Amino acid sequence: MNGIFTRQNAAFYALIFVMIVMSLGPIVLMLSTSLRLNVEIMSDTSSLLFMPTLKNYETVLCNVLWYTPEHVEYCNPTFARSLGNSLIVALISTVITLIVGCMAAYALVRFKFMGRGTMSMTTLMMRMVPPAVLLVPVFGIWTFQYGLDGTFAGIILVYVAMNLPFVIWILQSFIVQVPIQLEEAARVDGATPMQIFFLVVLPVIKPGLAAAAIFTFRIAWNEFLLANALLDRNTRTVPVTIVNSLTEHDIDWGVIMATGMLLAIPPIIFTFLASKQIITGMTAGAVKG
Amino acid sequence: MQINANRLTPYIFLAPAALILAVALLYPIGYMIYASFLDWNPSQRIGEADWVGLRNYANLLEDESFRESFFVTLKFASAVVVLEMIIGVGLALLLDRSIRGMSVLRTVFILPMMIAPIVVGLMWRYMYHPTVGIFNQTLKSWGFESIPWLSDSWWSLVSIIIADIWQWTPFIFILALAALQSLPRSALEAARIDGASPWQQIIHIKIPLMMPVLIVTALLRLIDAFKVLEVILVMTNGGPGLSTEILSLRISRTASEFRELGVAAAMSNLLLVLLLILTIAMFIYNKVIENRAANVHKVAEEAS
Repeated sequence: MNGIFTRQNAAFYALIFVMIVMSLGPIVLMLSTSLRLNVEIMSDTSSLLFMPTLKNYETVLCNVLWYTPEHVEYCNPTFARSLGNSLIVALISTVITLIVGCMAAYALVRFKFMGRGTMSMTTLMMRMVPPAVLLVPVFGIWTFQYGLDGTFAGIILVYVAMNLPFVIWILQSFIVQVPIQLEEAARVDGATPMQIFFLVVLPVIKPGLAAAAIFTFRIAWNEFLLANALLDRNTRTVPVTIVNSLTEHDIDWGVIMATGMLLAIPPIIFTFLASKQIITGMTAGAVKG
Repeated sequence: MQINANRLTPYIFLAPAALILAVALLYPIGYMIYASFLDWNPSQRIGEADWVGLRNYANLLEDESFRESFFVTLKFASAVVVLEMIIGVGLALLLDRSIRGMSVLRTVFILPMMIAPIVVGLMWRYMYHPTVGIFNQTLKSWGFESIPWLSDSWWSLVSIIIADIWQWTPFIFILALAALQSLPRSALEAARIDGASPWQQIIHIKIPLMMPVLIVTALLRLIDAFKVLEVILVMTNGGPGLSTEILSLRISRTASEFRELGVAAAMSNLLLVLLLILTIAMFIYNKVIENRAANVHKVAEEAS
């Protein structure tokens, strides 16, 4: 009896181990490729043992390093610049989405506007719209009517709009749980609605804000299609740069994997910091939440 | 004065969100519907484009390559949903126990979904590389023929399906596991006491009870499968030929490479209608389930 039990457990842990290896494998492979030089990658005698080097990362970040890497003959500033652009775009859109979404969610819950049904309907509808569908109208309107093509403001506006329904929806479920007595007490003490919102409600719903922030950041940070259509040479984000540097032949895999790694690091960090909130956000909509 | 300010508050709080959604979401979608009736290229303002009525739609329905990518989309979407459901639900049934390793496993499992699709495409393109890729090198060292992963039209479809399974099976696994762990313990207990084998428990009790969540999960995944673009763009860019050119990729290429915005808009509309039907189906299904649950509840209450 005991023997069967341990054997089953061994098989069970073996299965878990295999699953972890399969899901981490490609990421680890990307990391190890980014630590090798292209000559070594392309040679047939590749082995698991190699001297890791940071040269690819130095090539990518050459113009923002405090020293000049010796092996870089020509410093291409595109990568470092697009990394900066990505940061600006993702951070600003996250902040705006959170502020605007929070206010709207609060009004919808506290002043009993539309029901949660309407909001979850909108969120679901929004989830349905592929970015490819927004491509044509956004390109046309942003270029010819708003004059926002090639600017950060233009792309941030799209990302905020794309994320708002989801953020409002997820924040609603957190605001519903804030006890109304807390707000009434503040009102009796003479706080204005704005003060109540910023000083009483916001601190209580921090976990919800974290989940919403991660999701918005992830979309703005990873998005390629609309960024490719709207941004120009100077405002390009990292995904656009990566696709542009992919050619049919002669890909410098080491450098491109280093760029990919830099793009992947923030989401990986978020995953380890807040996997619980992410799972809540991901599964919301299918399982009642 | 005080009352007035309080009355205005909800509107003030809602205004920014409403404005942004109207300007950057509703208006563009309306605009797209209008644009699908135009012969429009990117260098023209929309006012200069010619009205062509339903010609874009009519052309699309006759267009051989549009039909081709429509079928590629269907093949891709149905293959990934079916395979991911089988693997994801299967793994969830196997691993449905409370152990400490599970939270680590879940964290590791959401990584592929968090990483940029562009980067996912990059990793897989590298692994599928004809000479330095890990798959062909392994095959070679075992003495097998190498496989033309991305250069053969059948293999390239298989390749993008494998990559999608890697990225999205965890989603189904996590949802199925959550559904499993929220099943009523009493039903499982009763089955076990009646002597049901593990297989019988799974087929007659667990799967039927999980069905509502599983169907919604499958529909969500199906909707998402129609949106996959970046991974395929990086791996094959739709090729070789049109073998992996799914609809959203075709839309983006029609707009940027062939510079026919009207046609791209018409295609977007067709895709949107298709997805709308799926979404509405999901909503109706949800409502039916809810009503049935409510009825059962009412009957149970009346009986007691």
